[in-house]
Amino acid sequence: MAIGRVAVQSPRPPVPWAPLVIAEARCKGCELCVEACPHSVLALDTSRVNVLGYHPVQLIDAAGCTSCALCARVCPDCVFTVWAAPKEGHR
Amino acid sequence: MTVHRDTRAAPAGSAPSSATPAVAHPVDPHAPRLVYARPEVLVDRSTHYCPGCGHGVVHRLLAEVLTELYLPAHTIAVAPVGCAVFAYDYLSVDFVEAPHGRAPAVATGIRRVRPEAFVLTYQGDGDLAAIGTAEIVHAAARGENITAIFVNNGIYGMTGGQMAPTTLVGQKTTSSPSGREAASMGYPIRITEMLAQLEGVGYAARGSVADAGQIGKLKAMIKRACQIQLAHGGFALVEALSNCPVGWGMTPRESLEHLRGPVAQAYPLGVIVDRLAAPPKDTFAETCPAPAHPEA
Amino acid sequence: MTAPHAAHAANAGRHSDREAARRSRVLMKGNEAIAEAAIQAGCDAYFGYPITPQAELLEWMARRMPELGRAFVQAESELGAINMALGAAATGARVMVSSSSPGISLMAEGMSYMAGSGTPMVLVNIMRAGPGLGSIGPSQSDYFQATKGHGHGDYRVPVLAPASISEAMELMATAFELAERYRTPVMVVADGIMGQAMEPVELKFRCPERRTFDWVLTGAAGRPARIVRSIDLQPELLEKRNLDLQHKYAEIARREVRWSGYLLDDAEYVLVAYGTAARVARSAVDKARAKGVKVGLFRPITLWPFPSRELARLAGRTHGMLTVELSSGQMVEDVRLAVEGRCPIAFHGRMGGLVPTPDEVLGALKALRGKVERTRHAHAAKEGGEK
Repeated sequence: MAIGRVAVQSPRPPVPWAPLVIAEARCKGCELCVEACPHSVLALDTSRVNVLGYHPVQLIDAAGCTSCALCARVCPDCVFTVWAAPKEGHR
Repeated sequence: MTVHRDTRAAPAGSAPSSATPAVAHPVDPHAPRLVYARPEVLVDRSTHYCPGCGHGVVHRLLAEVLTELYLPAHTIAVAPVGCAVFAYDYLSVDFVEAPHGRAPAVATGIRRVRPEAFVLTYQGDGDLAAIGTAEIVHAAARGENITAIFVNNGIYGMTGGQMAPTTLVGQKTTSSPSGREAASMGYPIRITEMLAQLEGVGYAARGSVADAGQIGKLKAMIKRACQIQLAHGGFALVEALSNCPVGWGMTPRESLEHLRGPVAQAYPLGVIVDRLAAPPKDTFAETCPAPAHPEA
Repeated sequence: MTAPHAAHAANAGRHSDREAARRSRVLMKGNEAIAEAAIQAGCDAYFGYPITPQAELLEWMARRMPELGRAFVQAESELGAINMALGAAATGARVMVSSSSPGISLMAEGMSYMAGSGTPMVLVNIMRAGPGLGSIGPSQSDYFQATKGHGHGDYRVPVLAPASISEAMELMATAFELAERYRTPVMVVADGIMGQAMEPVELKFRCPERRTFDWVLTGAAGRPARIVRSIDLQPELLEKRNLDLQHKYAEIARREVRWSGYLLDDAEYVLVAYGTAARVARSAVDKARAKGVKVGLFRPITLWPFPSRELARLAGRTHGMLTVELSSGQMVEDVRLAVEGRCPIAFHGRMGGLVPTPDEVLGALKALRGKVERTRHAHAAKEGGEK
């Protein structure tokens, strides 16, 4: 999903690199992203709860993520910031 | 003429003037590319909505569309009574609270005295299709140049899950504990089809938050409904079929399945009417020239 | 110049003054005069719904507002109208709504929201007889509704009660002023007689100055977003909001009481009445005075804030007060509260659309005087007996 002419706060790419930045404190563990992800790279971390009391989502397979952003599209809580991997030569 | 200042600033103050997507490192083709981030007009805070609630998705789509059309600085929005009563805590545009059901009338008042504003209502199904039926019908009949977002989850969420005019026959709610019985409680109202018959309606469409594909289509409908207003194309309504996991007694994932199944059957998806012949202009500045008076 | 010519010239001068005055005085129907006064007071937007006996107000607005490029909407109901007013007022427009009693009932919700969110507006009630569908005849049976905050919650609205069409025209400007100065809805209550009657009025209008507001919704360009609302779920915050409202009402009560007195200086008895009832009462005062009875008229112009202090002071030096209303007796309760037993209070009223006659009022006054005299004689006799 293209963001078009979006006025954003110019976030920086995550270091170390990951295709998703997850705002864990906003996650409500609804699992809609887990269902929407075509590559099954997301799952709830049932070993802990976040500040809201939910099991937050985590990226369990960064390499398998294609930055399709379907997770961001279905998430009701704007948990995801999605980055596309740099072209080879960076990292 | 009403004596009001035209506070509409040029878009430069609120959004980048370039039409290209914001990128982290515009000159470095080997750098990571930002694919998606929360639009700034959506406030950076967690919402009170239940886990998996479609309101969060619709708020976000609205935020994206408003941003892409350079509208936040010109928007005056009307908040409902319902789960979205605090919508103004999540979208940082000027907002007025309306009594239950009255948002289209409140929006009419705004539209009639602020010709330069972008006027938006956001309502749930109890608000719009029960107590507010007269207001929405007449705002539509008058062809008020406003954009109405109608989030239909077939239930009264905020007050604890009671039956709504849009609840499906057989559906159990706290005020239809044995399931909605048509004989004594009537049938669900497809209000968008009803309104589409009115000449004042420029656009009426129904989308859904049921899956990623539907969400994409819903965003396009919301964008079109905003563009209809910019083109002075009459009353524009988008009904967003949404879920209420807690009210329906389902998990969020189950609730989307229910949305894809029985709900979509009762409420057909698609554009019901789009009366604007010519493609609308894209930016606010292009379609709404500044008023002539010197206070501009 | 010869004497006859001089006289003629002098007469001609006076004649042309009279001509000029005549041309600026017209016969106008109350509803229309009120509407035009609102327009001249800078009303930006009018929202209404047809209801007898104020339909002419709506119709005047329907013709004049579009002529002036201002907003006019005949809403789908009074509910629609008051909510349109809420929206328009939230953007800083000078807004007016009018209706009659049953329609005002529908506006109660909107009034509460506007009081709670601090949105200025002027609402005109051309009162008719109730309850329920009632009739279209004149009445003052909405006093409670107007002054006790007819929607839910702890709020008041200033209520202005003209007693003539001219005064109603004047008070429209005052109403907009009060609404904007204090960020509150303001009611102007007249009745079916005033709405329907025609009287000669001066075409003299006043347009209150425009204020700049820092809370109005105009689109958040270059500033943080603003919210106009009345909700505050946290009790401490809502109490603070309510305390702020109460401070506002206390200030209005201190500064905005209006009333008028007629022959009160030496009055032994006082008639208390407002609106059309005051005109009847005034005729009764004149008739009584002609018979040597020292009676005067106290006419509240603001029904809220009620001129309690003035009435209380007056009660200290009169033998009794007779309240006259076109109702079962609503303002009389506030009169009793104000007077706090300093003197006896009697009441005379008619309902159903009937208007008391001056003779009826005189009859009630006679009864009051009789009662007061009997009580005084009884006390005097008792004291005499005890000595």
